[in-house]
Order: sequence, then structure tokens, then C-alpha cells
Amino acid sequence: MAEQLTGPIIRVVDLVSHYGERRVLNRVSLEVQAGETMVIVGGSGAGKSTLLRHVIRLERPTSGHVYIKNYDVCHIPEEQFNLLRRKIGMLFQSAALFNSLTVEENVALPLRELTQLEESTIHIMTRIKLDLVGLSGVQHYMPAELSGGMKKRAGLARALAMDPEILLFDEPSAGLDPITAAGIDSLILKLKLAFKMTIVVVTHEMASAFTIADRITVMHEGEVIAAGAPEEIRNSPHARVQQFLHRVPEGETKDAQAHLRALTQSGRF
Amino acid sequence: MTGVLAFLGRNTLGLLRYASGLYDLAHQTAYWTFVAPFKGRGLKWGSAVHQMVLAGFNALPIISLISVFVGMVLAFQGAYQLEKLGAGYYVAALVGVSMTRELGPLITAIVVAGRSGSAFAAEIGTMKVSEEIDALEAMGLNSVKYLVVPKYLALLLMMPCLTLVSDLAGILGGAIFGLYQLDQSFSMYILATRDALVMRDISTGLVKSVVFGLIITKVGCYEGFAVRGGAEGVGKATTAAVVISIFLIILADLVFTALFYYTS
Repeated sequence: MAEQLTGPIIRVVDLVSHYGERRVLNRVSLEVQAGETMVIVGGSGAGKSTLLRHVIRLERPTSGHVYIKNYDVCHIPEEQFNLLRRKIGMLFQSAALFNSLTVEENVALPLRELTQLEESTIHIMTRIKLDLVGLSGVQHYMPAELSGGMKKRAGLARALAMDPEILLFDEPSAGLDPITAAGIDSLILKLKLAFKMTIVVVTHEMASAFTIADRITVMHEGEVIAAGAPEEIRNSPHARVQQFLHRVPEGETKDAQAHLRALTQSGRF
Repeated sequence: MTGVLAFLGRNTLGLLRYASGLYDLAHQTAYWTFVAPFKGRGLKWGSAVHQMVLAGFNALPIISLISVFVGMVLAFQGAYQLEKLGAGYYVAALVGVSMTRELGPLITAIVVAGRSGSAFAAEIGTMKVSEEIDALEAMGLNSVKYLVVPKYLALLLMMPCLTLVSDLAGILGGAIFGLYQLDQSFSMYILATRDALVMRDISTGLVKSVVFGLIITKVGCYEGFAVRGGAEGVGKATTAAVVISIFLIILADLVFTALFYYTS
């Protein structure tokens, strides 16, 4: 997979996805260029995390395509996708550290399982990654002994273990205090500058989005409603985008009759 | 009427979906245990041994104790009938044959389902809830290979061993009864047991125990992977793992016993 890449490194085309009967993604299209930081923002349930899960094939779409480096993620065989997947690191919302392993073992796991490196090399690489995220000295702790911010950092160190070209973040600042969240943001900026990684971040923190993004995509109810540079998003005429930017709460129900009906009729019978 | 039909249809479909899910998991596990290692894709022997200690070795005391009690109970109940016929001598045969053919494998399976089946569901379910399964998959590490295969191997090897221990403990329980109630010496009781048992009694029991082990791993792990929605989901999965495995164990027991009966 060393061939020269032309065009965007991640390309999502007309992606439609359902959870059971409910449609969570409705013809979503998105392009991420190599080396850029794309931030996907939107309210809860807008489908942004689902979109991220599709990129790494944790979900299968109803229709549409996801291309990474021009490989169709949904249709290439498992073996080939596993090779591609090594170039992608993902930080999950809950950090998803393996609770039965120490921090160091967590970071070393992909190296131990997916490479033939010497144990001493793995040890050094693990230390380097932990140092990179500012977690030197806690390598022998169990995940349960770490704070939320430290867990995120450890999860990031694990995502970085295989030196990925693409880094995916699912709500990196969710559940963190503003100072810790800002710390994660600056870490993302550092990675972007130091390693020229392609970074996709899903978040609902607008401040964080404007800090790190090269481009922003705004999603609402499973659809992309705006995309562009941070300035374009800030000046977007779209009502939903403005509502999101200025933290305006959802309006009261206009149709009093419908509201009354919804309250008085029980859902099931 | 349509309500009844809809109810039946929905439940049948649900049952079929469950069965196909179990089959799919069994298929993948078999691949990662018996095919993949020969293609150079490795096997997690370390965690398999760890699981053997957890599910096998650590279950020894409780399985032995229960089996001794059941052996004694069998002897009491048997003697109650047999002594009327003056056939107290045959208590040893009754205990020996029932333990090896039926109760040894069954007691072992039920204890293991309660101890380990629930643990499998809870472990995998918790990992599912905390996105650890997703993290494994995202790294390109197969969750069946890493989580199911070690448990599968452990039970495949440990169930027959535990069953043998249970058989012996049950016979020992019967012997204790014989010693005090029937005035048989220990060696006499064992001789009587040996005369009554044939190899087939023991081997059919061991065959059953392997099948029970498969059921426990498959149902436990399947319930774990199927967990939705937080801690409550894990609790439900744990309960379901035990209830469904015990049900399937008894069902399989019936099928195998009938099979062995008609083919003997």
C-alpha cells in the first residue's frame, strides 16, 4: 500500500445506515484530504459517531461506500482490510482500555500481536508513545486507577502505537473538565504538527472544534448540513448551524394539538 | 387468533435467529481453533491455560463436594428400594452406573455453567459495554480468537477431567453410605462397582461432558457479545447465559441418552 495516493485519503459517498428500523445516516458524503484535520460536529444522535464507526468498519452500511486510500472499506476482504486498519488509530469515547491489562500492556498489545518486533524494542516504543502523550511514570497502573483524562491519553498512546497515518477521535473531550479537555486539544494539535497525520475528530464542543480544525463538517439528524473551513461555518447562513454555534435550545412545540395527542396517547397500544 | 399467530411467528423467528447466531459463533470458533493455527495465525495458549485454571482447577472442590453428596443421596434412595428385595449389594452398581452415565456429566455441567458460563457472559458483556470489543476489532484483532477460543479450549479439555473427578467423588459418596449402612467394606464396595461398570458407561458420560462444555462456552460468549445497554444488560446476559445453557444441557442430555440407549 505504498503507492502514491491521489485525491482524498478518506472518501465517504452517499452513506446510508440503519440501526434496526431507524435511519441514522442519510446519504452522507464527506472527503478528508491527507494531512488535514477534519472535525465533525453535531448534536447528540446526529450520527457523527456512527459515521466514524463506518470508517473503521465497526458497522456495515445499508448502502453507500467508504473509501480509504481508494480501497472500498465495505467490500475488501478481511485480510486486506486488516493491513489497511494498521494505518488507522482510533481513540474511543470511553478510551476503551483493556481493564485486565496495565497501561503499558495496553499500549504494547497491538505491537505484540501485529508485529514481530523484539520485546525490548516494544518496551522502548511503548515508553516513547506514553511519553508523547505525557504519561511517563504511570505505565504499571491498571486503567481503573487512572483519571478520565489519563485514560484518554493512554488510549491515545495505544492508538498511536502502530504509527498510524489516520487518527480517529470519538468525542475526545467528553466527560472531561475544561482544562483537561484543552490539554487533549493541544495534544491533537501537537500530533498534527509533528507527524502530519490525517485526523478526524467527532465532537460537540464548538470551542474545541474551532481550535483544532482545518475544516468542519456539521451534521444534524444523520445528514451533513454544512461543511467548510472554520470561518465559513462561523458565517454559515444555515439556521441549524447558527443555533448550534450559539447554543440556542430547541424551540417549543409549535403544533399544540399534536403535542397534546403525543402526551395523551400511549405509544404501544 | 392473529395475535396468537403473530406471537408464535415472532418467537419462532427469534429462536431461529438465536440458533443461527450460536451456529455462526460455533463456526468461527472452530475456524480459529482448528484451522487458523495451521495457517500460522497463532493460538492464545497462555490465556487458554489461564482459563483452564479458572474454569477447571478452581471448580474441583465444589464439584467434588456436590458429587459426594449426590452419590450418598443416590445410595440412600437406592437402598430404600433395593433393601426391600434383599438386594442391598446392588446399591454400588446403581450409584456407579448413574454417576458415570448421567449425574457426573450433568452435575459438572450445571456447576460449570453457573460458575464459568456466567463469568464468560459477564466478562465479554462488560468489554462490549466499555467499547473494548470495538477497540480489539479496530486494531484488527479478532475478538473470537482472543476471547472465545481460550475459553472454548479450556472447557473442551477440562469438562471430561472434571466429569471423571465427579464420577469418582460420587462413587466415594456411595461407598461412605455402604460402609456405615450396608456393612460393606470399602474394598468390597469398590469391587461391586467395578463389576457393574463397563467402559461404555464412562465413555458415554465423557462424550456428553464435551458437548455440555461446548454449549456452556457458546451460550456464555454469545450472550456476552449480544449485550446492549450498560450494566443492566450485562446482568441480563449473565442470567440468560446460565438459564439457557442449563436448558440446552438438559435437552442435549436427553438426545444423547436416547441415542446411546438405542445404539447400545
